[in-house]
Amino acid sequence: MEMLEFVVPALNLKAILPQLLLALTALTVLLVDVFAGKESKTSLGALSLIGVASALIALFMTRGSFESAYAGMLMADGFGFFITMIVCVVTFLTILASMNYERICPEIKAGEYYCLLLFAAFGMSFMGNAGNLIMIFVALETMSISIYVLAGFKRDDLKSIESALKYFLLGAFASGFLLFGFALVYGASGTLDIVKLGIYFTAHPETLHHPMVMGGIALMTVGFGFKIAMFPFHMWTPDVYEGAPTVVTGFMATGVKAAAFAALIRVFFVGFAPLQADWTAIMWLAALLTMTIGNLVAICQTNIKRMLAYSSIAHAGYLLIAFVVGTDLARSGVLFYLLAYAFANIGAFSVISAMGRKGEEYTELSDFAGVGFKYPLLGLMMTVFMFSMAGIPPAAGFMGKFFIFSEAIKSGYIWLAVFGVINSVISLYYYLGVIVRMYFQEPEREINIIAPAGTMIVALSLAAFGVLQMGMFPSYIWNLARESVKMIM
Amino acid sequence: MNELGFPIISFVTFFPIFGVLILMFIDKDAKDTLRGTAMAFAVIEFFISLPLLFSFQNGTAAMQFVERYTWVESAGLSYFVGLDGISIWIIILTTFLTPICVLCSWSYIQKMVKEFMICLLLLETAMLGALVSLDLILFYVFWELMLIPMYFLIGVWGGDNKIYAAVKFFLYTAAGSVFMLLSIFFLYYLNHKTTGVYTFDLLELYKLNIPVSTQFWLCLAFSVSFAIKVPMFPLHTWLPDAHVQAPTAGSVILAGVLLKMGTYGFMRFAIPLFPYASHQFTPVIAGLAVVGIIYGALVAMVQPDMKKLVAYSSVSHLGYVMLGIFAFNMQGVQGGLFQMLNHGISTGALFLIVGMLYERRHTRMIKDFGGIAKVMPIYATFFMIATLSSIAVPGTNGFVGEFMILVGAFRTFPILAVIATSGAILGALYMLWMYQRVMFQPLDKEENKVLKDLNAREIVTLLPLAILVFVMGFFPGYFLRKMDASCDHFLKTYKQQVAMYEQGLEEGGAKLAAVLEDNNLKSTMAD
Repeated sequence: MEMLEFVVPALNLKAILPQLLLALTALTVLLVDVFAGKESKTSLGALSLIGVASALIALFMTRGSFESAYAGMLMADGFGFFITMIVCVVTFLTILASMNYERICPEIKAGEYYCLLLFAAFGMSFMGNAGNLIMIFVALETMSISIYVLAGFKRDDLKSIESALKYFLLGAFASGFLLFGFALVYGASGTLDIVKLGIYFTAHPETLHHPMVMGGIALMTVGFGFKIAMFPFHMWTPDVYEGAPTVVTGFMATGVKAAAFAALIRVFFVGFAPLQADWTAIMWLAALLTMTIGNLVAICQTNIKRMLAYSSIAHAGYLLIAFVVGTDLARSGVLFYLLAYAFANIGAFSVISAMGRKGEEYTELSDFAGVGFKYPLLGLMMTVFMFSMAGIPPAAGFMGKFFIFSEAIKSGYIWLAVFGVINSVISLYYYLGVIVRMYFQEPEREINIIAPAGTMIVALSLAAFGVLQMGMFPSYIWNLARESVKMIM
Repeated sequence: MNELGFPIISFVTFFPIFGVLILMFIDKDAKDTLRGTAMAFAVIEFFISLPLLFSFQNGTAAMQFVERYTWVESAGLSYFVGLDGISIWIIILTTFLTPICVLCSWSYIQKMVKEFMICLLLLETAMLGALVSLDLILFYVFWELMLIPMYFLIGVWGGDNKIYAAVKFFLYTAAGSVFMLLSIFFLYYLNHKTTGVYTFDLLELYKLNIPVSTQFWLCLAFSVSFAIKVPMFPLHTWLPDAHVQAPTAGSVILAGVLLKMGTYGFMRFAIPLFPYASHQFTPVIAGLAVVGIIYGALVAMVQPDMKKLVAYSSVSHLGYVMLGIFAFNMQGVQGGLFQMLNHGISTGALFLIVGMLYERRHTRMIKDFGGIAKVMPIYATFFMIATLSSIAVPGTNGFVGEFMILVGAFRTFPILAVIATSGAILGALYMLWMYQRVMFQPLDKEENKVLKDLNAREIVTLLPLAILVFVMGFFPGYFLRKMDASCDHFLKTYKQQVAMYEQGLEEGGAKLAAVLEDNNLKSTMAD
């Protein structure tokens, strides 16, 4: 058994440059908030934007230097690169939308808000890059604690507080499960390093079915399943998504999901690769139930945030299909899908966040009646995002499903693909429902929203551009995703 | 690059998108400018599509004006377009009907004119794209894209029950097509297994020999998807709802082009990709086609609503097309293709005519009319021409199509053809009966006495269709000649393939029997 060795790792700033920039920006935002006057609060968002943008640039500049840093704690590889890219994009769009949302929900106009957003992104990015189970846990907690607070940021709103408390309590349990799972696996194998875990289990296949390993894997599945909102650990999703400030919901639905999927894939495909045959059956069922239940329940929702919460559960189900298939191309499919989903979902939540005026938000589905012609920009954008999530070409969602389902068929998971497309049709019903309300119905009550600010228009245009670009010319991102998966260490 | 040295197909396909872009920047209250711009684009589009027709080579069944670019190399996706004798006329029909749709919406559409015109032009691009795509995924993209503008056309500018009709239309078609998508993936996988190449190229996939049992399921998925679009009995229920609720332009496009996508899909995809399974399906499909003919006609007869009557007549007419195609002989297939065009023209004209009356009276109920011919003589003339074309009177285009189909069908399934012929009589019955109740009989309703006859715009809308009815009726040769080579090729490959599979099955059966016998021998020897 290997002992925990304490070596002082070599400092490798290049490997963590993007994350470092995110953390530095977070601290700067906090400092500016403390020392600068009240009027400078408007610049906090802009400052955070610059930070995220520079992180993104740094990410692309350091791309290609794939290395294991800090004694294997960190894997600055292609896979981590792609996840960090998704996280940066998501954060960038969230901040843009938040700058508009500040006018509707003034509570978020605070240094802590942007600071927490950036720290959450910092944690997400490390989850994608983590090479050690402890590192995954630390990153996950950095992300989660920030998000617990963000979810309860509307201090005077009962639903927001309920959302934060619920997420915190259940999340703490899930983290406990995860950590306990890590401990069991460590007990059995004597290592926490994901690569070494893989080597150990390949060398000692007899330990694979040891109760400690099996138990550890089961507990880890619960922990990760909670974060990605996999059935049956999805019950928190609608309440938390509904109560949290709308922009935060968008951030949660995309960023957290991407980070958790990244960690899940790395742990299971690198650490426990020899076990694949065992978890396939369980995940097969989980994928089926996750997408079916998500879609069926989404149909009966009257609140659009709850509806999208269930839809995000369904999307986790589609992603799990690719997880079950498990080939290189399927994992590239996961990455592609995560980015496509991120664009559409952040876009949709941005539109919802723009639907309000100071102190009042319109999040009921019936509030969307007539919006399409009254607010053409919001309507058009929402239409694009809804079609993308429903997987109708030429939007990105179609290409995402194309890559995942075609790979599923190729690998012989025909029934899973059949259930996947049946679910896509079911989901069409409620996505179309939004469009029906926006364009085909007359408004039931008078709603007046403040005109979206420039930042919101930029956020929506970027998201829509992403959706259409990935849908019509998917080559670039697809090749990036394929290279990223090849370079998983 | 293609024969003309110019990417003409792409240009024709995406030209309406320029129109959309320009319309976006026009003020939404400048309604006449919007209409004019859309009209200009639709007309120019028609004229730039004509070179396709004039430089079309009659003698070859190969794809013409082909363009091919890589789309996603690693996944085997390409932008691959081209046309042949099967698609050329439907493409021209599409570009021909769009200006008519703009024209007929001139005063009919008063709210959201800008969005309406954008939808119409977008729809044109999607339809043309689906007709020229030779890459399966590219086809699927356009095929689904067609749904979106049509969905809005029905949902925003439709009648009282528009939401139900729009959602039903979308869900029905999308549900059918996702299974086609899965089959496409499966083909892609099969092709890779046999040839080692990842491709969605239709012409490559034609060459694939698919095991009979697999072929059955794949063909079923494609056929259901196309049968919904056609629509074939019993998958037709979305059609009357969609037609009745849609605005006139929507109905014309729906009847004229969208339904043809189904029959076109059979000819371009389902049959050539899965010849043996299509061969197996033939009795079922031909049977359902005849049921559709009779059922559509009978239901049309009892409709109190003119638009619904015309909608059900579509079910009947498309039944003929399917019967013709699945007769698998030259007359049947050519007749089927010809009938697709006829139906686009005659039913399109009927929807326009019903729409014009609706615009004046805001009712489509047959009982609200009577004696209209006295106050609207020009209208009555056009109505008569469309009616005669629809019931296939000699001299009109309908006669040529229906006659060829029935001749073809007689050679393959004589009994079905006899029943189908009785459908033609029913067709005459319901159309003429409607004409009589609406146009003749005493002019006893006060509101009807003051109806104005057609204005110049409406005459211009109907005139091209009326002329075509006779041109196609008297000179069908010009139209048929362009289809000859492709139809011939279509039939030849089909027959070859079916013969090959049958021989293969026999041999395979013999082999299997030999193996079984061998095993028996061995077991007896062991005893």
